[in-house]
Amino acid sequence: MTRTVQDASYGPFAGLRAAVTGGTSGLGLALVRELLGRGARVAFVARDRERVERVAREHGRAHGIVGDVSRKEDIYPIAMQIVGSLGGLDILVNNASALGPTPLALLGDTDCEDFERALATNVLGPFRLTKALLGALAASARNGRGAVVLNVSSDAAINAYPRWGAYGASKAALRHLSHVWNEELLAEGVSVLSLDPGDMDTPLHAVAVPDSDPATLKHPGTAAREFAEAIAAALPARSPGNAPRRAAVARVNAS
Amino acid sequence: MIAASQPTQRPPQAKLLAVDARGHIGHLRRSALADLLKPGDHVIANDAATLPASLHGNHVPTGDRIEVRLAGRRSLAVDDVSDFSAIVFGAGDSRTRTEDRPLPPRLAPGDRLALGPLSATVEKTLGYPRLVSLRFEGTPDAIRAGLARHGRPIQYAHVPRPLALWDVWTPIAGPPVAFEAPSAGFALDWRTIAAMRIRGVAFDTITHAAGLSSTGDAELDRRLPFDEPYRIPDATASAIRRTQAEGGRIIAIGTTVVRALEHAASRDGFVHGGEGLATQRIGAASRLRVVDALLTGIHEPGTSHYRLLRSFADENTLRRANAELGAHGYRTHEFGDSVLIEKKACRAAYVYPVHGMHDSQAFAHSMEL
Repeated sequence: MTRTVQDASYGPFAGLRAAVTGGTSGLGLALVRELLGRGARVAFVARDRERVERVAREHGRAHGIVGDVSRKEDIYPIAMQIVGSLGGLDILVNNASALGPTPLALLGDTDCEDFERALATNVLGPFRLTKALLGALAASARNGRGAVVLNVSSDAAINAYPRWGAYGASKAALRHLSHVWNEELLAEGVSVLSLDPGDMDTPLHAVAVPDSDPATLKHPGTAAREFAEAIAAALPARSPGNAPRRAAVARVNAS
Repeated sequence: MIAASQPTQRPPQAKLLAVDARGHIGHLRRSALADLLKPGDHVIANDAATLPASLHGNHVPTGDRIEVRLAGRRSLAVDDVSDFSAIVFGAGDSRTRTEDRPLPPRLAPGDRLALGPLSATVEKTLGYPRLVSLRFEGTPDAIRAGLARHGRPIQYAHVPRPLALWDVWTPIAGPPVAFEAPSAGFALDWRTIAAMRIRGVAFDTITHAAGLSSTGDAELDRRLPFDEPYRIPDATASAIRRTQAEGGRIIAIGTTVVRALEHAASRDGFVHGGEGLATQRIGAASRLRVVDALLTGIHEPGTSHYRLLRSFADENTLRRANAELGAHGYRTHEFGDSVLIEKKACRAAYVYPVHGMHDSQAFAHSMEL
């Protein structure tokens, strides 16, 4: 496997426009920082106004948007603010996730409402937001900038872990949706990725597995770096005329 | 004709009236739009998303209820969201026809307007009781958040159900810069775009800040459309020039696309990429230099949209088309049926002496399917 490593201001992200949902904590916040660090322009979405304002203050160039992707009524206002603030969109990361029942519960003990919340956040939210932003993403692809949707998955989307039923089933649906959509959007030039970051030291994981040892978990910054590499690999190669950017890109083999 | 009152963008029974370059008229299902196109054609649509441009609130000096409809801006720059021109109505809502809405209180420069979470100041009055330029307070992000939270899409008296943003964003909607929906684009879905690609028809988008269709003031309506900023990506501009060089037809989805492309080509006949401000009005006397055919909604005589159609066809052809629309129960307005009209052959032949005739024959032939 090859990975692309680049200088912050000349890499494949320089000038690209990215949006991250669930951007005020855990992997989402790490991705906001990673993408900003690589020269992208970033908008992020989260539910809590105070936290959005705090993260926006701490990262002067990022656009903070208050909204809940699980609410149908919030989707178009969110999309409007994303494309309005960035002027277009090249990268969308559907990262916001809901566990379902907390503490985690056997399916037989899971309230329908908790399952519905997991589906609304983990499946319908990414579906609706991606659909609302598809015009902007496809326009970016047509203009040669490329377009990538990254849906954050989980090993619970594949393996049958007891007590992870609501979360696992919703993430399995998201994973399949990603694969179908990727096939459908191939000709439009939009890539849809489904990636599992692994078990990370995040607030979501702490709620799911309260007694886990953080030292055994992946740092979200590490996962964010890996995701950025995967997005870069899915973007089209810059044109040969774009020498400054190309010159700063070095290819290395990853283990 | 009947106004379409259900906000469904693509009803399965939607109709398409096709008028070819020789004035021949055909009736089709609109879902078969791609069948009317042929290899080498180039479809250009407007990817502007629709702003929630209707803001209810108060005129602070009098305390009177008002509705502000944002109507224009000078550029598409992402940070240029403080200054707008706007139409202001008095109390009431969209259940009243726009032309029957009461005037706002007398507006003067410096008057503050409280619009939900947004606060604006009247900068200038613009010669009509309803028309002002206003400035929002706050950062661009705060203004966008306020619009997103408090604004509603401009509503229509002929559509009883309240319109949400998802009703008025076309499937290809991108930058939120239109004040009313570029509704010709409702006809497009991803299936149609894929079908065009398979037929060898190119598809590209521009962004044009479509303005208001009606102001409620007859005198002001005669000034429509207002100036509208647009952006044509460089890649789209060069693709259009390539299509023209190869003799393909440029097919505009919506009158806003005609306005932008013709404005961008007004200097030397070639479409140039970049941002511009479309100021011209298109009518019978205009010579189209870029657009060969137009897909548009159904507009009544007297509107600026209808006047624009005169640049494609003569009065006699339009009158015959209107008679057909009436006789076959076509539905008007934003969510209604569509017309695909090709530029009159003699004009086409004037601009493209070799390909004009060939194209119109193929177009007429394709309509006999």
